[in-house]
Amino acid sequence: MNRTTIAIAAAAAVFSDGALAQAKEQFVPHNYYWVGPFAPGGTGIAGGAIDYLNMINARDGGVNGVKFTGEKCETEYNNARGVECYERSKNKGPTGATLIHPLSTGITYSLIDKGTQDKIPILSVGYGRADASDGRVFPYVFPLITNYWSQNTAKIKFMGQKAGGMDKLKGKKIVNLYHDSAYGKETIPVLDVQAKKYGFEVTHIAVPSPGNEQQAQWLQIRQIQPDWVILRGWGVMNPTALKAAQRSGFARDKIIGVWWSGAEEDVIPAGEAAKGYIAAGFNVSGANYPVVQDIMKHVYAKGKGEMEDKSRVGSIYYNRGVVFSMITVEAVRTAQNRFGKGQPMTGEQVRWGLENLVIDEKRLKELGATGFMQPLKVSCLDHEGGGQVKFQQWDGKQWKVISDWISSDQSIVRPMVEASAAQYAKEKGITPRDCSKEK
Amino acid sequence: MNVSFFFEVLLGGLLAGVMYSLVAIGFVLIYKASGVFNFAQGAMVFFAALTFVSLVERGVNFWFALVITLAVMVVLGIATEKVVLRPLVNQPPITLFMATIGLTFVLEGLSQLVWGSQPHGLELGIQDVPMESLAQSSGIFISQFDLFAALVAGILVAVLALFFQYTRIGRALRAVADDHQAALAVGIPLKHIWAIVWAVAGFVALVAGLMWGARNGVQYALTFIALKALPVLLIGGFESVPGAILGGLIVGASEKLAEVYVPQMLNAPLTEFFGGAVNLQGIESWFAYVIALLFLLVRPQGLFGEKIIDRV
Amino acid sequence: MLYREAGQFRSTYSEDQQIFPIRQDRIAIGLLLVVAFVVVPLVANQYWFAAILTPFLIFSLAALGLNILTGYAGQLSLGTAAFMAVGAFMAYNFELRIPGMPILVSFVLAGLCASAVGIVFGLPSLRIKGFYLAVATLACQFFVLWALQRFGWFSNFSSSGVITAGKIEIFGYVFQTAAEKYLLTLGIVTVLALAAKNLMRSETGRAFMAVRDMDVAASVIGIPIMRTKLLAFAISSFYCGVAGALYAFCYLGTVEPEAFNLDLSFRILFMIIIGGVGSILGSFIGAAFITLLPILLSVLFGGFSHLLGVEIPHAWISNIELIIFGSLIVFFLIVEPHGLARLWQISKEKLRLWPFPH
Repeated sequence: MNRTTIAIAAAAAVFSDGALAQAKEQFVPHNYYWVGPFAPGGTGIAGGAIDYLNMINARDGGVNGVKFTGEKCETEYNNARGVECYERSKNKGPTGATLIHPLSTGITYSLIDKGTQDKIPILSVGYGRADASDGRVFPYVFPLITNYWSQNTAKIKFMGQKAGGMDKLKGKKIVNLYHDSAYGKETIPVLDVQAKKYGFEVTHIAVPSPGNEQQAQWLQIRQIQPDWVILRGWGVMNPTALKAAQRSGFARDKIIGVWWSGAEEDVIPAGEAAKGYIAAGFNVSGANYPVVQDIMKHVYAKGKGEMEDKSRVGSIYYNRGVVFSMITVEAVRTAQNRFGKGQPMTGEQVRWGLENLVIDEKRLKELGATGFMQPLKVSCLDHEGGGQVKFQQWDGKQWKVISDWISSDQSIVRPMVEASAAQYAKEKGITPRDCSKEK
Repeated sequence: MNVSFFFEVLLGGLLAGVMYSLVAIGFVLIYKASGVFNFAQGAMVFFAALTFVSLVERGVNFWFALVITLAVMVVLGIATEKVVLRPLVNQPPITLFMATIGLTFVLEGLSQLVWGSQPHGLELGIQDVPMESLAQSSGIFISQFDLFAALVAGILVAVLALFFQYTRIGRALRAVADDHQAALAVGIPLKHIWAIVWAVAGFVALVAGLMWGARNGVQYALTFIALKALPVLLIGGFESVPGAILGGLIVGASEKLAEVYVPQMLNAPLTEFFGGAVNLQGIESWFAYVIALLFLLVRPQGLFGEKIIDRV
Repeated sequence: MLYREAGQFRSTYSEDQQIFPIRQDRIAIGLLLVVAFVVVPLVANQYWFAAILTPFLIFSLAALGLNILTGYAGQLSLGTAAFMAVGAFMAYNFELRIPGMPILVSFVLAGLCASAVGIVFGLPSLRIKGFYLAVATLACQFFVLWALQRFGWFSNFSSSGVITAGKIEIFGYVFQTAAEKYLLTLGIVTVLALAAKNLMRSETGRAFMAVRDMDVAASVIGIPIMRTKLLAFAISSFYCGVAGALYAFCYLGTVEPEAFNLDLSFRILFMIIIGGVGSILGSFIGAAFITLLPILLSVLFGGFSHLLGVEIPHAWISNIELIIFGSLIVFFLIVEPHGLARLWQISKEKLRLWPFPH
């Protein structure tokens, strides 16, 4: 009898944490991945995101007194588990889940319908559906800062800069080495459009997943002798590509990676082969920014940091996680300014906050993030909000920024976004919103 | 068609195939001696490489780390044999296969639990750069490291061959591989032999792990190497080490040649035929398997495998 | 004593040949169906429908398909996910390209396409057996994924290769909420499970089992090996294809070829191993186990760290989950190689006598 009572009490305690929740909390689900082939990225971003929220709680007492709570759920980068974690976490907290960072293009796709139906914003910062930048068709999906297509145009602009002008791109050869998956194939159309516009020749070469064999691909690249190689990889494909480039004698400073191929975890396994490799980024590395310093002061000094290995604080993925949470917090703040300061916000209200989010240079300074991330201005029409890219080069020890913020070419990207979004709307029978009619 | 390019692809493919064989040899050893298809070999390769590189990064001397890792792999092999295989001794092979898949998960979780999930670089002192002399004279780029790996594989096969032919334990292993019951009948201690076999397979896993880790970096994706080794085993036969080498060469060469030349040759005609853009890239992902499949249709036991005899 | 058949007389052939000849079984199944169709929709919440029950049913169907092939016909296959992928993509294409196509017909046609693929990749089974066949089915797995990824036609030339399943409408009624999708899935799975059970009792099923046990002997007594093996592949792939179509339409909504990778094939294989190879009930039990286990582990660990007040690094938790998962598989294989279904059978045997000792 005694044992059964204790067992029941224990079970009740385990399952009853929901009942003990206080009223003034903002629940943010932390559905990331800590195992599997993409764990290095997942653990870094999760660490940055969770640490920033804890820092805001510790330093500012939350947003106007409303503290952030969260719960971790392992998605293993797997669609089914991502959906399950979403379903489990979406009703937690006094107002339900604030928003979701799926951290996987596949999971984002699976959650678009559900998030829209449940009125929970889906933030696919720097990944996900590029055409969701058209907020009229995707009111609840935010591919913030820069989407894949914009990033690609910025890359071509960077190449143009290096060549001495966009007109000098004519006749040049570019190879697009991509991971053979949905993520990898995203930029093929936008490259083809730009190839026509600027007169360069683009060859698309696929690398079968997971990408630890690239011999054949790089032999072909050597045959083509391109001026640039765009590396659109993920996970093990990245260091393998750099090593294969070294093996075939291709200069690494002619390889430009996307921002999911441009973190420390992607270059360190390649050792010497990675020196000189250039990668795009929408955030930079470095622990010297005031915002990161604050995290060290208020979170790590008290022993509550997420990263077991403190040297990872300030790495690219970690800082990316910090950026994710900065957006979360500022969106909540914007929503509170409209719907009630000091009140927990619902997903619908945070959506409004996201759509009216403005993080200008002044605000960045206040946040201690000047140069850390770019200024953002989101609107109903433009769910991207930024569209700028910085380029950095690996010198063997760290990433050095080698360019200023380069804007994307929206004259190319926007028509494609709108066309694709319109087709989606037609397939799904969605009537696009009229932005001018909304406040 | 550029002849020297063709040779380059061919040579590169052969050398890549040798790397596959390194992993396949581990499978062969265990299958030969205990009839178990050890799917966990990929995870063992990963675990060995990760342990070694983590020790080296923590300041342990290279050779010392090698010895410690070897010891760990031996212990792992013996533990596996005791905990997983001995209770399953008389079960059908499929059950044992499933058990090794379960073991794969355990090893993957354990490796990352103990050593973390960050990727590591592995330096063995041999640079992965093309051989200067060859590049200058004929324009063919063959990596120094690939040649080194081929050398290592050759030495490994030679050492194993000597071990099996000329030592007492080696002969005992061959006896066990031939017929468990008969080996028992002449007094060969089966359990010890199995433990030794798993230990040797652990050693081979370590070698393969070092080679692959130096090539691509040590991270979770290393476990997928096992999938590349399977077609090698199908072609070479599950019980033969020379078969593994030969199978690896065939798989590596055909895979790379197909990946380079099939799109070149077939893209245009197929595009015309179907009226829409046809792009046959990425064949690598299944080509080896289909080759192995076709091979099996002709020779169901592989090149050097034991003939399958069905008794009714 | 609860499970005694004494006193149940069958006086007609049809009574003798029914699927559930024992009254207790009929009552149990009846209760189960009532609970599944009536009670659960009233009681369960949206999380349960969307995240647990629907995937459980879909995976049971796929496990059923694999069980027919591996459990009953003895042909080990690691390409299950590929057949599901074929089903999903073909269902999408049928719905997309033929206006007004009823969805159930799309599902059936998708299943038949998967059958066709299954027959093609089942041809090697005529020459190859055992592991070799398993590794050969990997060829199917990788080839199908490559084809779906490479040929834009399958995903309607979308830039990323992702397909978005359309509306589900049957006779004008739109299945939109999670509960409705659950009921649709439940209906389809019930029908197909019943068909499978009946099939395995029939001559075809007996032929499968003969081939599994000793195919040389089976051919000696006159069972046509080629037809039997290919039929096994066809039926199994049909089930997996329908499961794949349901996966896309009733569960995730959008799928890419990568969602049907080797990992999923292994998962389904685990389901039948843990549930019980060669048992219809086993497919369901195994699917329930594998679907619920990660969730259970994650909730338990969350609870523990709450109780103890200690923040365990989540990377540890995730890796420990993986270790526990692997260990459980090994444990089940050691303790009960015939799976949980066998445990159920043993308990039924015991129920015959209980509470009497003999």
